[in-house]
Amino acid sequence: MRAAVRWMTMMHAVTIPPFEHFYEQHRIEVHRLLRRRLGTDRADDAFQETFLRALRAYRRLEHGEHLRAWVLTIAQNVALDALRRSRPSAELVETGIEDSRPAYEDLADLTDGLPPKERAAVVLRYGYDLSYDQIASALGSTPDAARQAASTGIRRLRRSASS
Amino acid sequence: MTVSSDLDRRFREAAVALDLVDMGFDVVDTPIGQLFVAASTRGLAAISFEADPDNQLERLARIAGPAVLRSPKSVDAARRELDEYFAGRRRVFDLALDLRALPQFTVSVLHELARVPFGETTTYGALAAAVGRPRAARAVGTVMNRNRIPIVLPCHRVIGSGGDLVGYAGGLDLKITLLELEGAR
Repeated sequence: MRAAVRWMTMMHAVTIPPFEHFYEQHRIEVHRLLRRRLGTDRADDAFQETFLRALRAYRRLEHGEHLRAWVLTIAQNVALDALRRSRPSAELVETGIEDSRPAYEDLADLTDGLPPKERAAVVLRYGYDLSYDQIASALGSTPDAARQAASTGIRRLRRSASS
Repeated sequence: MTVSSDLDRRFREAAVALDLVDMGFDVVDTPIGQLFVAASTRGLAAISFEADPDNQLERLARIAGPAVLRSPKSVDAARRELDEYFAGRRRVFDLALDLRALPQFTVSVLHELARVPFGETTTYGALAAAVGRPRAARAVGTVMNRNRIPIVLPCHRVIGSGGDLVGYAGGLDLKITLLELEGAR
């Protein structure tokens, strides 16, 4: 059993690429997304914040799949935070991710109606198997807030499924 | 449109400043050509004569974790000491080393190797004897061959008992160059 665990750990270590490769591969697309969402002036700060959040969570990733969707999700949330800081809060709930939505794949349609934070938490938790610690790092919030967002999101999905 | 080099540099500096990098690396210019140099917060972890990073990063990630990032700042101390060494102004390296994930025998041999003085040579057999394994000269040769931190851990100072140079990861010419630089030949 212990050998199996060690082997799994080793396989994971192999499949998560060195951050340098991940960064080289996705930085142009991330910057493009942030420029589109925030404009050229604010995109640079958001770019740095996106990759710092990604790097903070990177060591604790369970596997190296869906990294593109993962980093674009982080970028969307960084953009959302930046927009939130510059807009009255009443508009926020409707600030969806309607344009340039990243590839959420299986959970995409299902979570389409959720508010952005809940949607990100649900997708990262159930789509990518991230822990609440990792989700908190990715979203720039706390594990409790991430857990709360995911569970509120799931409840909301259940309600809409049963109605 | 690409990411500006200024933005790129700022991200890399912030990542190191926030202590988020398991292993930083850069390519360092020296009189013997470009070297790939990598260091963690524990110390210098790798020097390679093959300067192209692409072939090295997976190996570093297995040692230190996946947060491997090009960051000139991480290797500043090593760069400075290598500069001084090649300029003839440094005879002893004063760098912490990251020898993680190496077997105990290898670590013992490398510690003995580190004590071979600038400008002198020793033999595989003498190193083997120094770690209490006098018959392990061949195993010492393997440790030299796989030395992750050449130059700083001076495997170029180790030669055959007959005085032949035997081998070197960077090529025998380079071994001769380093020994000449130290006045050992």
